[in-house]
Amino acid sequence: MTPASAFLLGVRALLPMMLGVAPFGVIYGVVALQSGIPPLAAFLMSSLVFAGSAQFLLAQLVGVGAPALLMVGAVGLINLRHALYSASVAPVLAHLPRRWKLLLSYLLTDEAYAAAIPHLLAEPRSPQAHWILFGSGFALWFGWQLSTLAGVLVGSQLPADLGLDFALPLTFIAIVVPLIDSRARLIAALVAGAVAVLLVALPYKTGLFAAALAGLAAGAFIQGRKAT
Amino acid sequence: MSQTALLLLWLACGLLTFAIRYSFIALEGHYRPPAWFIRWLPFVPIAALTAITMPELLLVAGQVELGFTNPRFWAGLVAIAVAAIWKNTLLTIGSGFAALWLFNWIL
Repeated sequence: MTPASAFLLGVRALLPMMLGVAPFGVIYGVVALQSGIPPLAAFLMSSLVFAGSAQFLLAQLVGVGAPALLMVGAVGLINLRHALYSASVAPVLAHLPRRWKLLLSYLLTDEAYAAAIPHLLAEPRSPQAHWILFGSGFALWFGWQLSTLAGVLVGSQLPADLGLDFALPLTFIAIVVPLIDSRARLIAALVAGAVAVLLVALPYKTGLFAAALAGLAAGAFIQGRKAT
Repeated sequence: MSQTALLLLWLACGLLTFAIRYSFIALEGHYRPPAWFIRWLPFVPIAALTAITMPELLLVAGQVELGFTNPRFWAGLVAIAVAAIWKNTLLTIGSGFAALWLFNWIL
């Protein structure tokens, strides 16, 4: 596998996800402007923060005038799951120079990870495997910049009844459902979903973090019982 | 907030997000996470992403609503079924949107 073919493999694996990411990027642009964020700052958030659901949350929190420290904390909580992706790809990237590690860390999103990881697991010893992750990460980054720019520029002219904000749940369904291949994983999802719904009234979406922890604990408990 | 204050806020959020993503990539070779941590890892995206998704499907204006007044619930069920059967991203997102527009039109 050459760097170019590995890069293209990563790009191709990511492309189907753009169907969900692009409308979500447009919607982000619309929500950011509605929250009173100037167009330039709204667009720059896509490269400075570069995290879809966190950007959405951050824009909404700016709109309601939340304290700055709380906003940073909320973004940290919602992005904590990326530590998992970091741990998961770390062995594949261990041999690389630091500039590669920095670049691929910046590009490490839900979508890029989900698209690249089956190929990384299939070729763990390939010295070019990091190009796959770079392809997926770069394709998502580029598509996200374009779609959020489109949202900032023309999003307000789109009819609201298209329901484009439904793109985020659909993208996450497409990522999560194929991962559920055991009873423990199913229970992790069901518990996390149920707790998130129960705690939805908690301020600044802190219920999401409790829900994710509850689902994680439930799944690990069921798996642990099976192992002993 | 001024544009400068917003950009500083983005920068803080971006640095924190980057630190989370870089964490284990940076530590690799210096620190090995314990075995239980590795076993728990696969549950993290499942739990986190489902926690973000479920309220979007089940709630209308903060209330659980599973009737025909909530087309997103039914469209979400269609997408989940399609994802479970075909494990295809494009098909899942496409059928979810198609189902949402269809249910919006019928209901």
